[in-house]
Amino acid sequence: MFVYLDNSATTRPYAETVEAMNKVLTDDFGNPSSLHTLGIAAENHVKAARKSCAEAMGASENEFFFTSCGTESDNTAILGAAEAGRHYGKKIITTAVEHPAVLETVKKLENQGFKVEYIGVDSKCRLDMRQFKKAVTEDTILISVMALNNETGTVMPISEIAEFKDSFNRSHGTRILMHTDAVQAFGKIPMNVKGNLKGVDMISVSGHKIHGPKGIGGLYVKKGLHIPAYIIGGGQESNMRSGTENTVGIAGMGCAAKISHENFDNRTRKMRDARAALLQGIKAEVPEIMVNSPEDDTAGPSVLNVSFLGTRGEVLLHTLEQDGIFVSTGSACSSNKKGQSHVLGAMGLKPKEIEGAIRFSFSEFNTAEEMEYVTEKVKQAVTRFRRLGSFR
Amino acid sequence: MNEENILIVRCGEVALKGMNKPYFERMLQDRIRRNLKEFKGTDVRRQEGLIFIRADKSLDINAIIKETSKVFGVASISKAVEAEPELNAIGAEAVKYMNGLIEERGVKTFKVEAKRADKNFPVKSPEIGRIIGAKVLIGCKILKVDVHNPDVLLHVDVRHDRAYIYEGKVAGFGGLPLGTNGKGMVLLSGGIDSPVAAWMMAKRGMLIEAVHFHSYPYTSPRAQQKVEELAGILASYCGRFKMHVINLLPIQEQIVANCPEEETTILVRRFMMRIAEKIAEKNDCMMLITGENLGQVASQTAEALVVTDASVSKPVMRPLIAMDKVDIMEKAKEIGTYEKSIEPYEDCCTVFLPKHPTTKPRLERILESESRLDCQALIDAAVESEEIIDIRG
Repeated sequence: MFVYLDNSATTRPYAETVEAMNKVLTDDFGNPSSLHTLGIAAENHVKAARKSCAEAMGASENEFFFTSCGTESDNTAILGAAEAGRHYGKKIITTAVEHPAVLETVKKLENQGFKVEYIGVDSKCRLDMRQFKKAVTEDTILISVMALNNETGTVMPISEIAEFKDSFNRSHGTRILMHTDAVQAFGKIPMNVKGNLKGVDMISVSGHKIHGPKGIGGLYVKKGLHIPAYIIGGGQESNMRSGTENTVGIAGMGCAAKISHENFDNRTRKMRDARAALLQGIKAEVPEIMVNSPEDDTAGPSVLNVSFLGTRGEVLLHTLEQDGIFVSTGSACSSNKKGQSHVLGAMGLKPKEIEGAIRFSFSEFNTAEEMEYVTEKVKQAVTRFRRLGSFR
Repeated sequence: MNEENILIVRCGEVALKGMNKPYFERMLQDRIRRNLKEFKGTDVRRQEGLIFIRADKSLDINAIIKETSKVFGVASISKAVEAEPELNAIGAEAVKYMNGLIEERGVKTFKVEAKRADKNFPVKSPEIGRIIGAKVLIGCKILKVDVHNPDVLLHVDVRHDRAYIYEGKVAGFGGLPLGTNGKGMVLLSGGIDSPVAAWMMAKRGMLIEAVHFHSYPYTSPRAQQKVEELAGILASYCGRFKMHVINLLPIQEQIVANCPEEETTILVRRFMMRIAEKIAEKNDCMMLITGENLGQVASQTAEALVVTDASVSKPVMRPLIAMDKVDIMEKAKEIGTYEKSIEPYEDCCTVFLPKHPTTKPRLERILESESRLDCQALIDAAVESEEIIDIRG
């Protein structure tokens, strides 16, 4: 059996996505900036895709810009906001569990003289809102908090943070901006810039996490907000992101966003069901585990993180891959990215607990039958490891 | 004349061979040809104890020198120009050659060193040197002679059909041509030592085949990929070879379940040796080669080596046995395997590592532990499960 449970790393593109991309590659290969009909045909693909992506988050088309990836979107938003706000203050607030695309960017700003406060989390990766509220000061210019954590699937209280920021701005006359890295949330939890994301100024998303292609991302920038571009040149994407449009990737992402938005309820229910089935199976079948993902309403549908105590995640991963099951770990034995998951570390897990952590991440294509199979194979892998008395 | 680039290759130790000298020279010529296979338009010939390479001027001569220098048995290489074996012709070429060097790197002083391999040549060597030196002084006005510390030591080598003019040499590795000394099976890990050990034996003319052990899923597939790349670097010296890949995990599981923890490493080593010996036997390898180095780790103490050695009857070559680690590292850097070796992926030696491995194992105790296992069946199954990978440079 082939069971892909690494959907937070990347997803398999929809057949429709591939078809849409193929059309742009073979027929409508023009440059959207060209004046002739081929250029217009290409431009129409970009327009349609922009509409689909914007609609998926309740935004209007002129608020959505294509980039090359989620990382570029994060870089653009954070560096742009820091530059735009540097005369108002020097403080940036983020969390200890952000993706490196955010953490490394604020670290760079820290070296340039900005002050950064990292808000901590509890053992289920839920944000410490008391620390957050205390952290917001008149010197603050930017808040960047992810919408859904990539390692645990924990949903962050984005609306609460945005509301707090808006009321702080009103009462203190500050101009704090808010960015959210929604790469893992897009297509997994409801996202509406007029609803639950009201007050968020910038949102990063990515194509390949929603069954689109790699090499394409998007950035929502609220109407009326001007931040400097990160990549400058020919003025494409309304000057927000220069460079000839990746029309193939854009068409693919547009198609994927449309499908995932239209079937949102059905799709996310399937993920949630698969996740629940696996969680229940593992809890029933495998002793001495630690569930690192939340089990209350802060649990997103797409990720389940479990520590199998006394084992090593990477060995389990390679054991499971022999059974056709693909997952990821909280740490690698000694691969070139040394060290362990900073997210699980920030949650207070001990090194041994991180060492045994496995991340299962789901898509709408996972079934109950698959979860039964995975439960059985996980049980075997863990038992085998423990029988060997680990690596001593 | 001189429409092609000419390289003079000296054969080093091969030249010392007595009756077998033609055989060694032929092997060396053959190895150089193989290494230069990609360079269409090169000609490799033996003549009077030297090997001459003529290469079309359109070919990258530095790349050809580099490839040639990797051939074991090559002592050194010089880039030369040729002339008719007659003093005026030699003088004219020498002037042209020196003018080139003046332009290239502004040389100011020189000295001529001449020899005649053709003893029928009417002028004796010192006299050739003086005559050519005079011609160069006249032809290149800015040059002066400096017999003690010249910028250029100009060699003139007069042979019966040609004379050669050159300066400087690129050192080869020496050693003996591959294939002149049988075939050995190296136990190749992803570490620093074993590739160097294999290289050193190959340098003495031994063909190489390798066996690699892993413990998937306890080791990463990337670790094996790394070993394949490492083997590829070796293959650029010792030619294409087979690497036998064996999963040791079933054996390690049996050892962990049945034997004392502190003996794990030495027991695993003995299994590796026996598996390697069996594969060597099947593939006509007469010896085993390991990167073992006296006292480096617990399994390489004198006592441990005695116990490991007792597991096999084929001779075990340990070319690094008395080298210091820093020297092994130096060698690894020189041959280009070091950077690859230090990439951090777990190999099967570090998985199942006991906390306190025994450093002074006793053979009787080890044999007693092994009696709890069905060794022959485990070895046979491991050999049976081998995966063979074709390694090319």
